[in-house]
Amino acid sequence: MFNLSYKTQRILILFGFLTIPVLLSLTFSYYPALSLLYYSFTDWSGLGWEMNWVGFDNYKEIFSRPEIFGVFKNNAYYFVGGLLQTCVALYFAIVLTSKLKGRNIFRSMLFIPYVLHSVAIVIMFRNLYHVEYGSLNIFLEAIGLGSWQQQWLGNPHLVNFSLAFISIWKYFGLTMVIFIGALQSIPADNYEAAKIDGASGWQTFRFITLPSIRSVLELMLILTLTGALEAFDIPYIMMLGANDTHTFVSKTIDMAFKFQQAGLASAMAIVLLLIVIAFIILQRKLLFREEK
Amino acid sequence: MERQNKAWTIFRYVTIAIGLFIVFFPIYSVLISAFKTKVEYYNSGLALPHDWFNFDNFRKVFKVGRLGLGFKNIFIILVVSLAGNVLIGTMVAYALGRFDFKMKKPIMGMYLVAQVIPMITTQVATFQVIKFLGAYNEIYAPMLLYLGADVLQIVIYLQFVNNIPKDLDESAMVEGASLFKIYRSIIFPLLAPATATLIIMKTISIYNDFYTPYLYMPSRKLQVVSTAIYSFVGPNASEINVISAGILIIFIPTLVIFLFLQRYIFAGVTNGAVK
Repeated sequence: MFNLSYKTQRILILFGFLTIPVLLSLTFSYYPALSLLYYSFTDWSGLGWEMNWVGFDNYKEIFSRPEIFGVFKNNAYYFVGGLLQTCVALYFAIVLTSKLKGRNIFRSMLFIPYVLHSVAIVIMFRNLYHVEYGSLNIFLEAIGLGSWQQQWLGNPHLVNFSLAFISIWKYFGLTMVIFIGALQSIPADNYEAAKIDGASGWQTFRFITLPSIRSVLELMLILTLTGALEAFDIPYIMMLGANDTHTFVSKTIDMAFKFQQAGLASAMAIVLLLIVIAFIILQRKLLFREEK
Repeated sequence: MERQNKAWTIFRYVTIAIGLFIVFFPIYSVLISAFKTKVEYYNSGLALPHDWFNFDNFRKVFKVGRLGLGFKNIFIILVVSLAGNVLIGTMVAYALGRFDFKMKKPIMGMYLVAQVIPMITTQVATFQVIKFLGAYNEIYAPMLLYLGADVLQIVIYLQFVNNIPKDLDESAMVEGASLFKIYRSIIFPLLAPATATLIIMKTISIYNDFYTPYLYMPSRKLQVVSTAIYSFVGPNASEINVISAGILIIFIPTLVIFLFLQRYIFAGVTNGAVK
């Protein structure tokens, strides 16, 4: 090949291999984030390039209009759903790492929803929840629980639970498999020792299992939180935000692309970004404290 | 004790059965609906279809919903973005894993921080970048957005690079191989297991992605599977049997990947969490 010294080659490789990746990251992550910050102080419509500096007006609007900041209450459903999902996933992870026939097959079967297409899943549930012809109400009728039938998507008190359930259904298997990975990395000796000491099942869980998977548990909680804050496609695909199901992100997207208020939408995005970063820093701090 | 164990075992199996029921009930209802006629669908509830060979719904959803086009487009997008993505990922990992230089830490930090920015929230601004590059409503838009490596990918590749003995590089250098050749014939092939896992995980996430094609490629000609089924459902909401056929077809590709390549998927998922 070329007879270049390794020193020259090194420089060529570093430049050749890193320039494009770094440019990509700057163009599609950093530049948008920075320009978002700028747009958030303007009254830009998103069409053309006309914009005026409006200072903190957009931010004031977010916090003073309850229909904007208030949609975070819908994100809360996804957070509660996520917590529930974490608990159930941990239970199944423990069950499927214990001695049990067929546990690998069960693990694979419970994981299936995670690999299925997300838009198709939402549409599937839309049919399932149908008041008259949906399988859920038909099933309830068939097992004699006809009185439990509901307007799963029509009832404003219920609709967000129905939507959050879809998220649980899809991601539960993923959380479970992550927990299984963490549980399997606990040395078997610890359990042997506990057994010899005569610890009960609960004590073993409380004093050996929980501390060993603490960091994964924390990670799952922060992912649940950020995931809930960023929840978007389920309500958007299912209802287009109708019936009070807007989440903060779906509202942001509508604000930018439907109502042509890109300045306001940018400010909303920045608010969300700051909240997410605050939680991540908080989690890192907590982790750091433990290591000390 | 014996008795307690038995009760615990029964309890475990009962809860697993409930879990499996919840997972498979919606899928069962899609499966049976896909083979029913419209009249049959509205009259037969949860019963099995009369005719398991009634493929009319599948034909209709392919034709009216233009699923074939959707599959073709997403396939092209996948091939191009994954090829680029693997190249970029391995190159960055080689550069960061094998050399010490001033910009090493800042670049690593750049990837880490970028991960914290939720992509969906910056779309308002990304949209302008894509428009400026002339990629709006072109098939290049999602390709460009999927191309960049994320921090998780870099971390996984770096782990592999660090596990490749440096002796291999050095003995190749003794034989006069160029650094590029070392990357191409030693590092890249030895990263294959990580590449396999990453390709599978990325395929699933790109195939599932809705908002990127929805925002950047509104043209009907550029519909991918996600946007095709989305726009089919609106005007055909009452034909649940046809919609079910579409859902079933869309489920199949990733399901097949999962059934045959489970090992890689589980490896990817657990690696991702441990970081």
